Amino acid sequence: MMTTETAATKPRKALPSMSVLGPVIALLVLILVGTALNSNFLSAANITNVLARSAFIGIIAVGMTFVITAGGLDLSVGSMAAFIAGLMILVMNAALPVLGVGIPIILLGMVVALVAGIAAGLLNGFLITTLGIEAFIVTLGSMGIYRSLVTWLADGGTLSLDFGLRTFYRPVYFGGLFGISWPIIIFALTVIVGEVLMSRARFGRHCAAIGSNENVAHYSNVNVNRTRLLTYAMLGMLVGVATIMYVPRLGSASASTGVLWELEAIAAVIIGGTILKGGFGRVWGTVIGVLILSMIDNILNLTDLVSPYLNGAIQGVIIILAVILQREAKAKG
Amino acid sequence: MSTPSVLALRQVTKSFGPVEVLHGVTLDLRAGEVLALIGENGAGKSTTMKILAGIEAPSGGRILLDGEEVSFGSLHDGEEAGVVMIHQEFNLAEQLTVEQNIFLGRELRKGLLLDKARMRRLTREYLARIDCQIDPDTLVSKLSNSDKQMVEIAKALSRDARVLIMDEPTAVLTGSETRILFEQVRALKASGTAILFTSHKLGEVAEIADTVTVLRDGTLVHDGPARDITEDQMATAMVGRDVSDLFPDKPEAAPGREVLLRVEGLSVPGRASDISFELHRGEILGIAGLIGSGRTEAMEGLCGLRPATSTRIEIGGTPVSISRPGDALAHGLCYLTEDRKLRGLLLDKGMRENLTLQALHKYGRVLIDFAAEERALDQAIDEFDIRAGARTMRVGNLSGGNQQKLLLAKVMQSEPMILIVDEPTRGIDIGTKQQIYAFLRKLAEDGHGIVVISSEMQEVIGLSDRVMVMRSGRLAKVLTGDQITEDIIVRHAMGVGTGSTERVA
Repeated sequence: MMTTETAATKPRKALPSMSVLGPVIALLVLILVGTALNSNFLSAANITNVLARSAFIGIIAVGMTFVITAGGLDLSVGSMAAFIAGLMILVMNAALPVLGVGIPIILLGMVVALVAGIAAGLLNGFLITTLGIEAFIVTLGSMGIYRSLVTWLADGGTLSLDFGLRTFYRPVYFGGLFGISWPIIIFALTVIVGEVLMSRARFGRHCAAIGSNENVAHYSNVNVNRTRLLTYAMLGMLVGVATIMYVPRLGSASASTGVLWELEAIAAVIIGGTILKGGFGRVWGTVIGVLILSMIDNILNLTDLVSPYLNGAIQGVIIILAVILQREAKAKG
Repeated sequence: MSTPSVLALRQVTKSFGPVEVLHGVTLDLRAGEVLALIGENGAGKSTTMKILAGIEAPSGGRILLDGEEVSFGSLHDGEEAGVVMIHQEFNLAEQLTVEQNIFLGRELRKGLLLDKARMRRLTREYLARIDCQIDPDTLVSKLSNSDKQMVEIAKALSRDARVLIMDEPTAVLTGSETRILFEQVRALKASGTAILFTSHKLGEVAEIADTVTVLRDGTLVHDGPARDITEDQMATAMVGRDVSDLFPDKPEAAPGREVLLRVEGLSVPGRASDISFELHRGEILGIAGLIGSGRTEAMEGLCGLRPATSTRIEIGGTPVSISRPGDALAHGLCYLTEDRKLRGLLLDKGMRENLTLQALHKYGRVLIDFAAEERALDQAIDEFDIRAGARTMRVGNLSGGNQQKLLLAKVMQSEPMILIVDEPTRGIDIGTKQQIYAFLRKLAEDGHGIVVISSEMQEVIGLSDRVMVMRSGRLAKVLTGDQITEDIIVRHAMGVGTGSTERVA
């Protein structure tokens, strides 16, 4: 059905717009500043440290990119992570007498985390799509529910993984492959799959269409509710993945686990150029957003130029700047 | 006719850009008189009303208030002068109470605080004057449509309206609600208010109006006492244009053509009920009817875009069940929406994304084949003569005509056997219209079945082999051959002179 006419005369823009360049430039500036201030900044140990710490938020932020692109929002991910961590620890501790320390119990914990994450995501998605409740309200509610549940499970204190188990499980955070730690590998895989899904697959195109205009998507035979539900389920699953690697790091969960993760993830998504009201998203941008946020933290910790207590303020400025850049790009385009 | 007019237009013209939509309209609103302004969609009624109310400035001509020439700069000036317009979509804040709405923007104050007692007293007074029993504390969102209309009228009273302009006040009202409204209109008239209203329901016009003014294509074609004109004459005055060669030739009726689509007992809750029709291969079937007659809703229901029920739907002789848009597409049935900006195209996206959105599965199972998409866009630009400044430009920046062509190209990506197009040429220029008409006729000649929903009489008549007229959610009549005239269509659409089929509430 296609004509033989070639599509050779595609005009390419001379320079990508500021909304594309902005985050990249910001990241490069941060790297230069970091290197100038501390010679250890570019050391393998520090890079690994920054990347590994970024991994939790980063994996969640990739999922968040899809949710936001499809015109949604999820405020519950931080609490969800805490709850899943608590649940995982309880289940693994309870199964310890039966399964003993070994691979099976770790796998059990992982399955619990993934299933709980998907279930929590589906629940959010069901309330938002099928019942048609505002995403902000639903996830504000579930945020409170999970936070409260984990506090209750821990009886106000801390849930700790059995010491023997913790030692056995440690390599999932601290170990790695070819010198690259597992969180970084999993983060990288998530990003690659996410980027392909977003920019090259039907799913990503459908998410953008729904976020851009739900009615047009419906009239264009896009299953709006199912696609939205899937974005929440996927985000829930990725929260589970992040938790799987978070638990071996500290071996415990408490009411303060994952506090403000949701805002950091949303901030990373927005800094990366995804539009908060939906319709356009890019996973690679989110990665840059995550790296910017954790690099600011890292630089402030490495130098004594500015108090690390001002971390939040600087991140706040960056977020607002990112949105201003987005708006200008839109006004021009 | 001796009464001097309160508000009058003299040779008023209005242009939007290079297009003149009102050609020298002259009319007079007199105290204690009801003037009905009638005409087809797009005849210039709304523009005339907005000029009268001071919402839009005329391009030429004079506006006289009490015989003095005035220039209304804004709505505020109009309201200062006692001219109040009630829009078709109510201008009420749903979450405020009746009282708060009536005094919205001009709240009475005692010092720094609101003078609630006085506002309450006045609100009761206004409501009592129009014999309306609503509690001033009721939230507007809890009111029925007729009560909202009453609140609008009370609001107009509170502004000491000398001239009240109502845009299709009865469109949203039931029969009994209309009666209540008319009682109030008579009361206002008796107290000396000049009233102008528009309606598509000619029976109402005959009942309430003192003067009937008819607009056709921005020109005043009739102006005279209501008692001197019959409903039939009104309909005739509203229509009666020549159908130019804008339209491709219709083929000779070929009897015994295969039935492509058979619909029996199609109902969309609250919008359309018990619609049955057949569509033949190679045929263009027009659907006419007033806005709100359920045309769009019925077809959207048929295509699985909104909940609907039916006794039987056959496509190509095979019974099918359609509950989602995907089902319809799978059977080769596709609907092109009337609202290209809100339902048809993603205005923030480029042409490529828009073109392939509905048929994305054709461009790769999991991953999208960008090169194939680009080829499809090349072909669409060529076939539909889409003129865009740049290939990558946002679809929102395309002209209406090019947007419509892109939308047509988009639905054709699904390769439908039956295409339902809703208002396919709304708001686009005549050249593009002609291209779209020619395309639709060619599709029919190639063996497709086409359904055209249109509010433009010319379009329905010029394009259709048969015409289905809908009224109040029901199929009023199917017209063929010589029966397809504006006059007959309008009569059936409005329920005039076709026997007493109009429901009396």
